[in-house]
Amino acid sequence: MVGEAVSARDEILARLRTALADSPPPVQVPRGYRRVDDRPDLIATLVDRLEDYKAVVHHGIDALPRLLSEVGRLAVPTDVPADWLAGYAGELHRDSPPLSPAALDDLDAVLTGCAVVVADTGTIILDAGPAQGRRALTLVPDRHICVVRTDQVVGLLPEALTRLDPRAPLTWISGPSATSDIELNRVEGVHGPRRLEVVLIDSGA
Amino acid sequence: MSRPVAPATGSGRIRTPLPFPTAAKPAVADTQLRANLHRATRTIRAKRARVVDEVPDWEALRDAGAAIKADVQRRLPELLEQFEASATAAGATVHWARDAAEACRIVVALTQAAGADEVVKVKSMATQEIELNEALEAAGIAAYETDLAELIVQLGDDTPSHILVPAIHYNRAQIREIFQRRMADAPADLSDEPAALAEAARAHLRRRFLSARVAVSGANFAVADTGTLVVVESEGNGRMCLTLPETLISVVGVEKLLPTFTDLEVFLQLLPRSSTGERMNPYTSMWTGVTPGDGPQDVHVVLVDNGRSAVLADPVGRPALSCIRCSACLNVCPVYERAGGHAYGSVYPGPIGAILSPQLTGVADNASLPYASTLCGACYDVCPVKINIPEILVHLRQQAPHPPAERAAMRVLSWVMRSPRRWAAALRLARVGAGPLGAYRERRTGARTLRRLPWPASAWTRSRDLPLPAPQTFREWWGKQ
Repeated sequence: MVGEAVSARDEILARLRTALADSPPPVQVPRGYRRVDDRPDLIATLVDRLEDYKAVVHHGIDALPRLLSEVGRLAVPTDVPADWLAGYAGELHRDSPPLSPAALDDLDAVLTGCAVVVADTGTIILDAGPAQGRRALTLVPDRHICVVRTDQVVGLLPEALTRLDPRAPLTWISGPSATSDIELNRVEGVHGPRRLEVVLIDSGA
Repeated sequence: MSRPVAPATGSGRIRTPLPFPTAAKPAVADTQLRANLHRATRTIRAKRARVVDEVPDWEALRDAGAAIKADVQRRLPELLEQFEASATAAGATVHWARDAAEACRIVVALTQAAGADEVVKVKSMATQEIELNEALEAAGIAAYETDLAELIVQLGDDTPSHILVPAIHYNRAQIREIFQRRMADAPADLSDEPAALAEAARAHLRRRFLSARVAVSGANFAVADTGTLVVVESEGNGRMCLTLPETLISVVGVEKLLPTFTDLEVFLQLLPRSSTGERMNPYTSMWTGVTPGDGPQDVHVVLVDNGRSAVLADPVGRPALSCIRCSACLNVCPVYERAGGHAYGSVYPGPIGAILSPQLTGVADNASLPYASTLCGACYDVCPVKINIPEILVHLRQQAPHPPAERAAMRVLSWVMRSPRRWAAALRLARVGAGPLGAYRERRTGARTLRRLPWPASAWTRSRDLPLPAPQTFREWWGKQ
């Protein structure tokens, strides 16, 4: 096999093994950080954090019809719960067959659920699970209305990760699209949805 | 049978064309630039401090982050193999690139295979490092930067000057001017309000996003046990690029690995607070290979060495590979705030650049960068993964080639300082010799300093004054009390 070209893969791995010739000792990772939140009122924290990053928060499923009455053309995932759409009189676009990016760009809003929400950072996580649809659906329309059940809310980020399947496409959303690229001041509204509205519903009720 | 292969240095935009002091000179003299940098770094320092202060376990997170990264470096070959296996099993194709040129060739070939003559890009340090846009252009492929700051830099025919905010050196009025000059569809009455500028960028890129067939990204993290890639962003341009095109090519430095998906719980807390000073950045995307019916169906990962094996080979300098590109060290650095990013000549400016670039290229090729620091240590204090930047700077200074005159002077000084008698005599001599000169300078300028020494010592006084010995030493003064 003399003269056979070494693949980039084998050469890089060999270089890295040579670089570690000093055999660094094993590392114990100290995990002394908080993994569970002991705050008494997670929902109050969540609302504070969402509003701080310019999301609009509504309380109760009863808020939904009023909210949707302003939406002319609405995108929804195929498995959207029927009661969320009760009384909706506008143009409804189910994502089946999948709506093209251009078609999505023509719609006024998208209505979805979510997988997990982190109160500490005001972060909504979508995992393409029930009532969420594929990623493009919540990206292209300019307004995202997201229904959050209180049992989907956890305190800290480590708690959220344990509820997620890493193999699912994950989208973490903290407020509407924003940029800090001009003089490092945050302004809302660039390429993602410029309006993020959260409808909080009590899953215990 | 495998034989030992030596770690290799990298290529691309990581070398200073000019020594740092020479390159910094015009920047330091540019009052507009200094005002822009001062304003921006002051803003971000305050934001970071506020959101870090509200985290009671911040130090525990830093300790965990540093340890996870040290573990990654120790196990890098096996973790890379694990990542490759996981990502491949999930439907991605993994490629390996020894250096910048090889990485560019791979991306160009993949783009051509997809039949595209343009790509949309998510902001990525790795693709800046390997000068991918130039390589694509040479192959007749147009590369469109979609991050607002990258767009500003690209439209201005400029180069990035900051890791997080490549256009930090421009203020809003200058950005408006660039948009009006180079963005054909910019509104005629465009104001310099940041919201109006962001709106103009949205309109400018919208159609391009909706019709793009190939996207090129980097990755903030690559998870070995699941094969997941993570991109952290703000504007939604990342989501557009990572979701809508059919083909996605991600260029990832080999050091970006994390062992497990759970480790993200540390880094997704450390990064946004250190970087933009937010509790969480607006959007984080994670994908693992291909998801049928959702997002790109042709997914590629290019793992790049380009000098990282050389960094790994130095046990003292190795922690530079822990960097998560947050840029907190740039924002607190007094040298960066005055000189700006371009003076560092590399895509990695500031304190982290001063240790990373010379290690990626070999110290001889970036010998001035380890000196681009006052060793004040502010960078170490804010680093989310606790890279001891001052220690590595000093270590690299020892490796840098020193001019013969400096080496000779240090040999003499070392001989003098080895003996208390010789040292006291030398001080006496210096005082007597400099006495009249010191008195003269004090009368003329109010300070006992010299502005300019003759060659070769002129190199030392080019950017400093030389203090002359005081009329009496502290010991003499104490003796008289």
